[in-house]
Amino acid sequence: MQLSREALLRAYRQMKVIREFEERLHVEIMTGEIAGFTHLYSGQEAVAVGVCEHLDTDDKIISTHRGHGHCLAKGCAVDAMMKEIWGSRDGLCKGKGGSMHIADVDVGMLGANGIVGAGAPIAVGAALAAKLDGKGKVSITFSGDGACNQGTTFEAMNFAVVTQAPCIFVFENNHYSEHTGVEYAVGTQQDIASRAEAFGMKVWRADGTDFFAVHDTMREVLDHVRAGNGPAAVEFDTERFFGHFEGDPQRYRGEGELDRIRATRDCLKKFRESVTAAKLLTDADLDAVDTDALDAIEAAVAAARAAARPTAEDVLADVYIAY
Amino acid sequence: MAQMMYREAVVSTIAEEMARDPNVVVLGEDVVGGMGTPGGPEAIGGIWSTSTGLFGQFGKDRVIDTPISESAIVGAASGLALAGKRPVAELMFADFIGVSLDQIWNQMGKFRYMFGGKSKCPAVLRMAYGAGYNAAAQHSQSVHQILTGMPGLKVVIPTTPADVKGLLRTAIRDDDPVIFLEHKALYGVTGEVPDDPDFMIPFGHARLSRAGQDVTIVSSGLLLGFCEAVADKLAAEGIGCDVIDLRTTSPLDEEAILDSVEVTGRLLVVDEAPPRCSLAGDICALVASKAFASLKAPPQAVTPPHTPIPFARELESAYLPSTDKIEAAVRKLLAWR
Repeated sequence: MQLSREALLRAYRQMKVIREFEERLHVEIMTGEIAGFTHLYSGQEAVAVGVCEHLDTDDKIISTHRGHGHCLAKGCAVDAMMKEIWGSRDGLCKGKGGSMHIADVDVGMLGANGIVGAGAPIAVGAALAAKLDGKGKVSITFSGDGACNQGTTFEAMNFAVVTQAPCIFVFENNHYSEHTGVEYAVGTQQDIASRAEAFGMKVWRADGTDFFAVHDTMREVLDHVRAGNGPAAVEFDTERFFGHFEGDPQRYRGEGELDRIRATRDCLKKFRESVTAAKLLTDADLDAVDTDALDAIEAAVAAARAAARPTAEDVLADVYIAY
Repeated sequence: MAQMMYREAVVSTIAEEMARDPNVVVLGEDVVGGMGTPGGPEAIGGIWSTSTGLFGQFGKDRVIDTPISESAIVGAASGLALAGKRPVAELMFADFIGVSLDQIWNQMGKFRYMFGGKSKCPAVLRMAYGAGYNAAAQHSQSVHQILTGMPGLKVVIPTTPADVKGLLRTAIRDDDPVIFLEHKALYGVTGEVPDDPDFMIPFGHARLSRAGQDVTIVSSGLLLGFCEAVADKLAAEGIGCDVIDLRTTSPLDEEAILDSVEVTGRLLVVDEAPPRCSLAGDICALVASKAFASLKAPPQAVTPPHTPIPFARELESAYLPSTDKIEAAVRKLLAWR
């Protein structure tokens, strides 16, 4: 662990904000106040934060339908995101995108995506732009064990190798593509990284529930890619604490599975145990962050509830022509 | 003014814009051609010769030869555009939108609106379309009606070399995704092209290529020339036709069509795409709903039948609209009642 106290506190806060953002949405969605489909990122926070803590706003990311964590980790504002999910005209995308389609180009977050596997080719394009600019910037696409089966992902990996694009394919294997197990759907014996390797790029694997494993791995991956060695891929083994979508009855889960993964595979608990055992931070330090994160979410929800609603006239905003 | 071919107008415009703006990049299958072969780079230079010389002039980072991966080509164009570049991507044949449709329809066309107006996607997707080469069902299609039906895309169909120059420059400088449809049978056509390095034609402004009082004919691309030939023939008989070259199907120059029909009272749409849920039907509906009182006859359309495009010469000729079919449709309009 080479991180400063400030960096540790920041990383923990980022993960905690994502966790509380999602846990709160899980509750709020039950009230019916939030429209549409929502896919929660709880359980996977160490991946988004362990990756994005290495990036600045000139590095780009592309996210997925399960994108809140990536957006927050990359720097999208908590309040503006909450307002977007609430459908406010003051939301990050003026209420036009919603949970699955959040982007903020100002922080290098080029877009979450409702189409599984659609992000990878776009990320390669952003990587080609970074290569043209020649400043050592990268583009990262987050994909799950579902997207790893899409042809677009295969095309993108080959394309990135052929063009030597500084693109990083981050595969978050949470063991479920929607409601289907990785054991069934990923033909390469549940191994995603080997696919990327077969396309000709260097790959890494790490425990995605361990922030430090993610962070350390990403340092190596980024060093490799920023040095001009073309694309790379990394597979993180992680856990999804909620269903595919909110409302998913999760009848596919094993007996006691959710309790078990929350008890043994929770990245926040593991982080706390690790840093307190090493005497890098105290429980009191972390408790203060917890309170701060909860306050931030409470404030964001209150702001989202009170935020301006879009009007019928807004339907025709940001179009080049209306028929 | 310079004389040049339609295909030369394509490549010269791209070269001029690349020289003017370092953010303009080209990508596509065989846009360099010969990569990884004994013949070496530029052994081909694009199958339509619409990228000839670009690699030598601008290098491999700005002229990106891609694998046969249409989804990745379109997706990469979007990513380049979102990251501040102005990609000009080539899909060798318009028919190949089939394997990249998600990236066109669900992705690039939606970013600006779906992300609240802050994301720009200034990408140009060039593609060769159209029948006339006996390339059969999967390499001959006109796809503008599919793409025009997708909100967020601008759709351009240049008919003359001058229009290629003016419309492609506008497309490259535009901040939204633009579909640029080049008819493969027009690549060898020669015409006068303005020399002005900033010559641009705004989208949504049709061109009146023939003027007359009796019938309005709306068309674009290869078939526009058929319509002009019919108009010229009928002019000798004292029948006057307005021939309107749409130039862009989205945005559509409704005013040009309606203004003409208000004078002529008769509409014929001539289009190379299949008839159902089509541009032809769309324009007939436009006129019926907005210029009904002016009409002297029901709007007519000449399109191919609703079939895949057949291979054999006799079959493709029978499939395509012809000057005979267009002339017959005009006479039918004039003979109404």
